[in-house]
Parts: sequence; structure tokens; C-alpha cells
Amino acid sequence: MSVLVYTESEKGNYKKNAFEVASYAREVADKMGTDVIAISFHADESETLEKYGVSKVLNVTDPAYQTFNAKAYASALGEAARSENASVIVISSSTDAKYMAGILAGELEAGYATNVVAAPESTSPLVVKRTAFTNKGFMYTQLNAALNIIGVSSNAFGTRENPVAGKVEGFSPTVNNDHFTVKSVEIDQVVGKATIADADIVVSAGRGLKGPENWGIIEELADVLGAATACSKPVSDLGWRPHGEHVGQTGKPVASNLYIAIGISGAIQHLAGVSSSKVKVVINTDPEAPFFKAADYGIVGDAFQVVPELTEKLKEFKAQNA
Amino acid sequence: MKILVCISNVPDTTSKINFTADNTKFDTTGVQFVINPNDEFGLTRAMWFKEKQGAEVHVATVGDSSVEPTMRKALAIGADEAIRVDAVPLDGLFVARQLAEVVKNGEYDLILAGRESIDYNGGMVPGMMAAMLNINFVNTCISLEVDGTVARAEREIDGGKEVLETSLPLIIGGQKGLVEESDLRIPNMRGIMMARKKKLSVVPPVEASSGSEEIKFERPAPKGEVKLVDAENLDELINLLHNEAKVI
Ligand SMILES: Cc1cc2nc3c(=O)[nH]c(=O)nc-3n(C[C@H](O)[C@H](O)[C@H](O)COP(=O)(O)OP(=O)(O)OC[C@H]3O[C@@H](n4cnc5c(N)ncnc54)[C@H](O)[C@@H]3O)c2cc1C
Ligand SMILES: Nc1ncnc2c1ncn2[C@@H]1O[C@H](COP(=O)(O)O)[C@@H](O)[C@H]1O
Repeated sequence: MSVLVYTESEKGNYKKNAFEVASYAREVADKMGTDVIAISFHADESETLEKYGVSKVLNVTDPAYQTFNAKAYASALGEAARSENASVIVISSSTDAKYMAGILAGELEAGYATNVVAAPESTSPLVVKRTAFTNKGFMYTQLNAALNIIGVSSNAFGTRENPVAGKVEGFSPTVNNDHFTVKSVEIDQVVGKATIADADIVVSAGRGLKGPENWGIIEELADVLGAATACSKPVSDLGWRPHGEHVGQTGKPVASNLYIAIGISGAIQHLAGVSSSKVKVVINTDPEAPFFKAADYGIVGDAFQVVPELTEKLKEFKAQNA
Repeated sequence: MKILVCISNVPDTTSKINFTADNTKFDTTGVQFVINPNDEFGLTRAMWFKEKQGAEVHVATVGDSSVEPTMRKALAIGADEAIRVDAVPLDGLFVARQLAEVVKNGEYDLILAGRESIDYNGGMVPGMMAAMLNINFVNTCISLEVDGTVARAEREIDGGKEVLETSLPLIIGGQKGLVEESDLRIPNMRGIMMARKKKLSVVPPVEASSGSEEIKFERPAPKGEVKLVDAENLDELINLLHNEAKVI
């Protein structure tokens, strides 16, 4: 028996969520009295996972697995799960992990819970707490299959150091051409900038900004904070911002430590998608805006005055606290 | 081309979510049910394939008879036929198995499902179906073109997008972006009248296992009062975020 964890990397470097899922897997393994085995694809410095309680890393270095392919990766994870006799597989909530895990669960006839926000309530039976109804509620799901997959919500569990002695091994899953029939032909990705999925801070703006030409102040604020930028649905519908920035019930979920909402009224569909952010700050001219009821800190004021001034003050703050 | 749109029946996005007194079930009292928004994008794209490429469009839902009004709405929007698998959805694995059976029997070329249902947010059914049927799958799909049996799809990735090429038969986990917001259709009177005459077949479920069950629900903890900070005193906000909330 073991707990298998899928630790994602980008250009060889582990993503932040890799350490979070490894920490989570360690917690599950402790409760079950077993070990954590990680599977990585073309990752460098796999030893770093030992710090988070991983006893063995299976590192796949076959060129066929150089770039993410959902079906091939799912099949590799399935093989690793079998060879390591895993009873639980832990994955993140990244777009790739979710894409891969549906296929994996179908192949393995596994029990599968997504958006899990806490360590299991119990491991026998295996019960996990997850968000449902787009954060309007929580659900306790009991996973009953012989092998179960837990998808951990980002920023929910955090990273926990738990050093163990570990080793890194090469792993060569079978390469089957049938697994590569969905081919990537082009990737258009912003590099070196925080993404909504893994940013600690997200700066988001709505229709209150009046037009796309005014987004400079939002980007500057995001820059000082090292934050990702996001927007409300009408803003992306109007083409002021790309669709990928739309957050909410029908957009991306946000689970950052800090969410700053500027000129966003706080419609129920918007709130649902962002409410698992830990701290929310609202800047809005209208003291009656519904968002204030869901916020931790609020400023009743004009974004065009408040935001540039806040950016300046944050620059000073950062300079002093560097 | 024969298309199947998988539709889950979910509470309207504005619904207040309540649970039964013992918190073991979702309380549907007073809740308005709609086509899952992610599936509505798929259905709208299917209508485009119907009108531009002569595709035949069926919709399928796994559910008891209470889901039929939502299925009729899909027919009123323009789907040609509907299939209801007569079973209460137990979990993703169970639903995927039922839908895989519908796909096999109907020999569909393109299966449009959604990235996730907005009720349980499982995000698992389309991928599971793809594994069960061993056919191509693209998730978080934001654009789809089909030419013969060749498909070109775009999917959202964290921080951008990826263009993919593959072939039919193909399963899509669709989301916003798949069609323009302005292309979404509200059924008109003629559509509604026609929908009454369209075929809605009810089929029994196949034997299938489930991998999980819901044991209880919980409401989010009530939110404390917002702390208002004067717009003239932004140093105070920075102080609070640094020393109290500890997020900067
Ligand atoms: C099925 C469905 C799904 C949906 N899904 C989503 C979703 O996923 N995400 C989402 O965001 N929405 C979603 N919506 C839309 C949602 O209902 C709201 O319409 C939307 O969130 C409103 O966007 P907004 O707050 O930017 O604009 P508005 O509601 O127009 O609010 C603008 C705000 O800006 C403030 N303001 C104006 N000027 C200034 C200024 N100078 N400085 C500061 N503040 C100012 C105003 O007081 C107002 O509160 C959905 C709707 C439906 C029907
Ligand atoms: N009961 C159901 N009947 C038909 N399709 C469903 C059902 N449940 C889920 N789906 C499809 O699977 C997608 C993802 O759902 P889920 O995995 O439940 O989040 C939905 O957008 C639908 O397309």
C-alpha cells in the first residue's frame, strides 16, 4: 500500500502546487501508516520533495513525456499506481491535473473527489471535505473504490515540511502511440507572470473601470504586489480583457490569499467563484455594493483615485520592507 | 456528423443553496433548474454545426423525470432528439458509464459535455467517459472546429491557451469561450411548440458501480463584518493587510 502524488513541474522546476500536494499526501500517508511516492515528468532536483515527506520519486525522463499530454500522463500514473500498489492518488487542481485525472479515474474505475479543502476526516472509510455549489457549500464525500483520487484545492492545505530520507528513481512508462492522438500544435502562455490558478494575490477589476484603456492602473497595482490580474464576466464579454481572466462561477475559480476587487459589484455568480480566497478587499464607489457584505476590508471610493495612490504607497511599503 | 450534447440539470446560478435539516441532502425546494452553463455553450456550438455543417444533434441526461423540463428546453433551442437515462446520478463514475453506453449505441462522432457541472463541481464525467470509450478528449475547451474527421480545438491552460489537433470521435469538456456570449439562445415560441413533438426517449440504466457517495453537507461559516477603511487613509489598509491579515 502507498500514497502516490503527481508533482507537476514546468521546465524542470517544481510548481508551487507540487509541494502542496506532496504535503497533503504525507498527511494522508501518516493517517494510513504508509509512504508517499511521487511521480514527476522531467523534473530537476527531485530531492527537494523529501522535505515534504516524499520517500521515493519516480522521475519520467522519456522524451515522449517532455510536454504534458493528458492521456499519456494518465496512463503513466496508472502504471505507477499499479507498480507501487497505491490505494490513494493525490493531485492538484491545476487545469492539467484536472484534465488528466478524469481520464485516470475512468481507466482505474477510481473514486474521485475534486476541490478538496482539508485533510481527510478519516481514512477508513476515506472521507474528504470538498467545496460544492461553487463555494456556496461544502460536501463530505466518502470514497469507496479500491483506489481513490483526491484533487486538492489550491492554497487550501498549504505546504508543510516533514523531512524524510528519500530516493529518486527513473521510471519508464510504456510509450503507446494511441496515447498521443491529441496533439499539441501551439502554446500561447504568459511566462514569468503569476497566474490566477497559483497566485498568492489576485487583483481583479470590473465594469466600474469604464473601459479597457483604464487597465493600466490595475496592472501597476498587480505588478507591485506580484499579483495575477483577473476580471468580472461582463468585462471579458465586452472584450476589454481576455476570456482567461474571467473569474466566477462560469469562469476561473480564485483561491488566493488576497483578492482585491475593484469596481466589481459582487453579483452572486462572481462571489461564488472567488469566495474561497482567504482575505478580500473591495474598492467601490457605492457603499451599497453587495461585495462589501462578502469582504474583509473595504474602501468606499473612486478606483481612479484610490488605486494609483495605493500603488504608490505599496511601493514605499515594499521598499521599506524589502 | 452525429453530435451528442451531455446536459446536466443544475440549480440556476442565482439560487440560494440550502440543505435538508439533517444536512444529508441538497434541498431543492423553490430552486429553479437550468441547463448547466458549460453545457449550454456546448449545445450552442452544436447548433452551429447543425446549421453550417448539417450535423444531427441529440442531447442526453442521466436523471429521473424531474430533469425533463430542462431537456425540453434543449429541444426548444434546436436539438433534434433527447435521451434520458432513467436513473438518479450516483456519482461521476456511474454517470460516465451510463453516458458511455448512450454514445456506443448512438455511434456519435462528437460528444459535447461541460468542463464541470456547477452544482457538485465534479469536473470528471467527460474524462471518465473518454477513458471508458477509449476516444480522444479535450478539456476546458474554448474553441472547436471540425473538418471531416479532423478536429482543431483550443483549450485553456493556466496562464494561456493551447491549440490541439486530433480526430473524431472526440469528447469535449466545454466552457465559456466555445461560443460568443451573444450567440446563446433563448427558446422562442416556435421552438417550444416544436420541442413538444420531438422525440424524448427514456432508456433504463446499465449495471454500473459508483466510486463515491455524499455523506453530508455543510454551509460556509457566516462572514464577519467588513472593516471599512477611509479612502484618505490608505496607510491604514496596508497596515491591516500586513499586520492583521498577514497577506502582504
Ligand atoms: C449564468 C450566469 C453566470 C454568470 N457568471 C459570472 C461569473 O462567473 N463571473 C462574474 O463576474 N459574473 C458572472 N455573471 C454576471 C453577474 O451576474 C454580474 O452581471 C457581473 O458579475 C457584474 O460585473 P461587474 O461587477 O463588473 O459590473 P457591475 O455590476 O456593473 O458593477 C460595477 C461596479 O463598479 C462600481 N463602480 C463604478 N464606477 C466606479 C469607480 N470609479 N470606482 C470604483 N467602483 C466603481 C459600481 O458601483 C458597481 O458596483 C453571470 C451571470 C449569469 C446570468
Ligand atoms: N447527470 C448527467 N447527465 C448528463 N450529463 C452529465 C450529467 N452529469 C454530468 N454530465 C456532463 O458532464 C459534465 C461535467 O460534469 P461533472 O463531472 O458532474 O462536473 C457536465 O457539464 C455534463 O456535460
